[in-house]
Amino acid sequence: MKKLPLSKIDELFKALSAGQKLYIPADDAAGQAKFTVWQEGLALSQKLNTVRSAKDLFFPQVENLVGFKVTGKQIELIESRDPAEPFVLFGVRACDARSFDILDKVFLAEPADTYYKARRENGVVVTMACTRPAETCFCTVFGIDPTEPAGDVSCWMDGESLYWQANTEKGEKLTAGLSMLEDSGEEAVRAQQEKTREILGKLPLKDLNLKGFDGEHMMELFQSPKWASLSESCLGCGTCTFVCPTCQCYDIEEFNTGSEVKRFRCWDSCMYSDFTKMSAGQPRPTQLERFRQRFMHKLVYFPTNNDGMYGCVGCGRCLQKCPISMNIAKVIKTLGEDKK
Amino acid sequence: MQQGLKEKAIQLLKDKTVDRVVGWKAGEFFYDLTPAVFHTPEEIEKDFVFSVFSGANLSKYLIAESRKGGKVAAFLKPCDTYSFQQLLKEHRILRENVYVVGVQCDGTCDIEKIKAAGCDGVTAVREEGDGLVAETLYGEHRMSKKDALLDRCAVCKSHKLVVYDELLGEQGEEQDAGRFAEVEKLERMTPEERYSFWRGELSRCIRCNACRNVCPACSCEKCIFDNPDSGARNKAAADSFEENMFHIIRAFHVASRCTDCGECSRVCPQHIPLHLLNRKFIKDIDELYGEYQAGADMDTKPPLMDFTKGDADPSVVYERGGDKA
Amino acid sequence: MNRDPLIPMIGVVTKIRVDTPDVKTFRVVGLDGKKPFVHIPGQCAMLSIPGVGEALFSITSSPTVEEYLEFSIKKCGCVTSWLHAMDEGQQITIRGPYGNGFPVDTDFAGKDLLFVAGGIGLAPLHSVVNYCRHYRSRYGSIDIVYGSRSKEDLVDFQEILDEWCREDGINVHLTIDRAQPEWDGHVGFVPNYVKELGFDTSKTVVMCGPPIMIKFTLAGLMELGFDKKHIYTTMELKMKCGLGKCGRCNIGSKYVCKDGPVFRFDQLDALPDEY
Repeated sequence: MKKLPLSKIDELFKALSAGQKLYIPADDAAGQAKFTVWQEGLALSQKLNTVRSAKDLFFPQVENLVGFKVTGKQIELIESRDPAEPFVLFGVRACDARSFDILDKVFLAEPADTYYKARRENGVVVTMACTRPAETCFCTVFGIDPTEPAGDVSCWMDGESLYWQANTEKGEKLTAGLSMLEDSGEEAVRAQQEKTREILGKLPLKDLNLKGFDGEHMMELFQSPKWASLSESCLGCGTCTFVCPTCQCYDIEEFNTGSEVKRFRCWDSCMYSDFTKMSAGQPRPTQLERFRQRFMHKLVYFPTNNDGMYGCVGCGRCLQKCPISMNIAKVIKTLGEDKK
Repeated sequence: MQQGLKEKAIQLLKDKTVDRVVGWKAGEFFYDLTPAVFHTPEEIEKDFVFSVFSGANLSKYLIAESRKGGKVAAFLKPCDTYSFQQLLKEHRILRENVYVVGVQCDGTCDIEKIKAAGCDGVTAVREEGDGLVAETLYGEHRMSKKDALLDRCAVCKSHKLVVYDELLGEQGEEQDAGRFAEVEKLERMTPEERYSFWRGELSRCIRCNACRNVCPACSCEKCIFDNPDSGARNKAAADSFEENMFHIIRAFHVASRCTDCGECSRVCPQHIPLHLLNRKFIKDIDELYGEYQAGADMDTKPPLMDFTKGDADPSVVYERGGDKA
Repeated sequence: MNRDPLIPMIGVVTKIRVDTPDVKTFRVVGLDGKKPFVHIPGQCAMLSIPGVGEALFSITSSPTVEEYLEFSIKKCGCVTSWLHAMDEGQQITIRGPYGNGFPVDTDFAGKDLLFVAGGIGLAPLHSVVNYCRHYRSRYGSIDIVYGSRSKEDLVDFQEILDEWCREDGINVHLTIDRAQPEWDGHVGFVPNYVKELGFDTSKTVVMCGPPIMIKFTLAGLMELGFDKKHIYTTMELKMKCGLGKCGRCNIGSKYVCKDGPVFRFDQLDALPDEY
């Protein structure tokens, strides 16, 4: 365990951004936190979490895949992927840190997605423990401990100091170059964790019950009559998908600049009406089917394919941002009512 | 007030005036209400809520609801009634299948404002006179309701319920609360300052489409932005400027049909003040074509869908200085 | 070949054969003139024309054809319309093979096979049939029931007449929906024809065709006493990545591009019916 007086945090950021990009959560013009490239003078946000999740750094909203030059009957391939750059991602909360494991299961499964893989290999994740969880947090339901976030390096912050613990080889390597860090005992961190755990015990959503959300009950859950009322006011806007740290559906589209056809991928949402629409038909004709798909995927299909790991980390962003206040916690509760 | 609405809803179901009711359903924390359809008195007793957080405009749901057969009741606040009437004018809602209960409102609140005032971990909110008391994981907070109002409610343009089958509470008046003040501030900026302002605000846009999907004026069955043949479809824009065009194009598409209900800004996850774009258009329309409020009545034609000899000439652009770089 | 799975290779369409008014067969080789990659019958490839779009198509030729890959494609959307309008020599992009393919070397080995196809549904089965013909001794009897709207809409008609009908141990039963003066064969819908012919339930069935044909043929097979464990089909859903990552083509917990497109009906019964 190492520590640093908070007064020296800019020195730390300066060292971390030598030779690579450092991303820290910083407040934007509307007062909400966002991962921003650090420059002298940029202050660390005091907000609990960013609006856009950390997945942006590994799976960006838009990414060039390849380019084509078409001349007459001939096609030429043009390599156009973003160059892989090393970077440090600072201030990731435990929920977003777990989301990387979930995204890894999808993108790094054979055949591995080379774009994602390059970013993962180039990124060092420095996480930050939470001290003031919100009422919308329920990461503990998924076995995540917000006081002990996973990552290449884990950090804790109190009124005076930043505490720093390297966990992996990548983390050790990063730490080696940081001469401003001093050795430290663990008492202050343990005390803080105790205090935070008291609050975790009071979170209104801590008792969400995931029993029955598994492959065995797939058909029963799929056919539940409750989907109609759950989905009826869903606008199909896609906000939940875009702020969610684990949503990873994407579209592959092309853009013709006139001299080159750029093939890119961009985020897509299973909530959108054209997600599964093809010339032969539309298997999900109404919002009910689309709404059901998103939650069945996160709560049943994904765990079925991934040894029981759920596709949600309880970050609470969908609870905060859905225009009509529908979210995964309400879905879990409503469907869970049947299984008493 | 909530009790009155609940009783009215139950009465309308029991005497078979309607077979279902559109309202707001209780959530986990008192502030997270979801629009919902209630079919039985039991459902209403259990889950129906009308509170300072009933900000959602229910009129857009009636486009689909009024076509599902039977008759549906809807509780509409004054701003909601303007949207409802505008949709009637556009023949989007089948009037005979909707029973409108007009509900007076003195402003709905924004949980984001309450949180920004330093309330973390809000687990419940209650009204106490003119104030709000928020219970949180970290203690109790008090603030005045006035400070927690949604931006649109702070400059509410009208307490008048323009269409209803029945009224709960009293009829209200239109009022001038200075809703164009922010727009005037933008107008006084130089073009460079204004450009910088909007580029900054719109840079936060994540293209979630919440603004479009919640807007009662955006009810096209197939939106131009979803249509691959339109040339404007972009899930991912070529650059940030093209991305910003989404908002400008959308503002043009709803111009003179937008009732200024403010839902677009309420739902934006990135707190972009989209309503300012629409309000600018409303101000311009008022100046160029005479004062017009969309949805205020059934008969007046929207100025952009009408033609009179006195309409502004294209030269008005030069008069306004639009030819200056 | 160690390719990035999302970056296609360039292929050349060397031959285009008109099969029916809306079906053409495209022969594709790599820029080196050779077959782009090896595959198992039932697998698919993503073909695209930059600027128009990309779509997944069954590889119609058998893997035993060494020189090229063939795709029989029906014109029904943007990409297919563009393919139908192209000339020989046109380059396209191709990536694959995707999917699980049919278990030709495992579950099918030694079995009597019954192929049931409707319209363009013959395309994926064509690969299997020719594979089985190549390794004839590995399989039992082969019955093929194939129907289309009209004589002109029968795909691979010439090959069926010249080769399939003339082989011992292969029984071809063709049918068209409505009588035509040029046709003196069976007239009637495929599901009814299957029931009429009445097959032994020990056969392994491989079906592909329009959803309505599948529905009624399946019902007919059930009536004849077949077990869903021995009836295979190939599914089609909108796809983009072909790798099981973009999240689009799932039926419950299975991705059609990766866990399919070949499924047995007992497997489909255990999944939500969203297709």
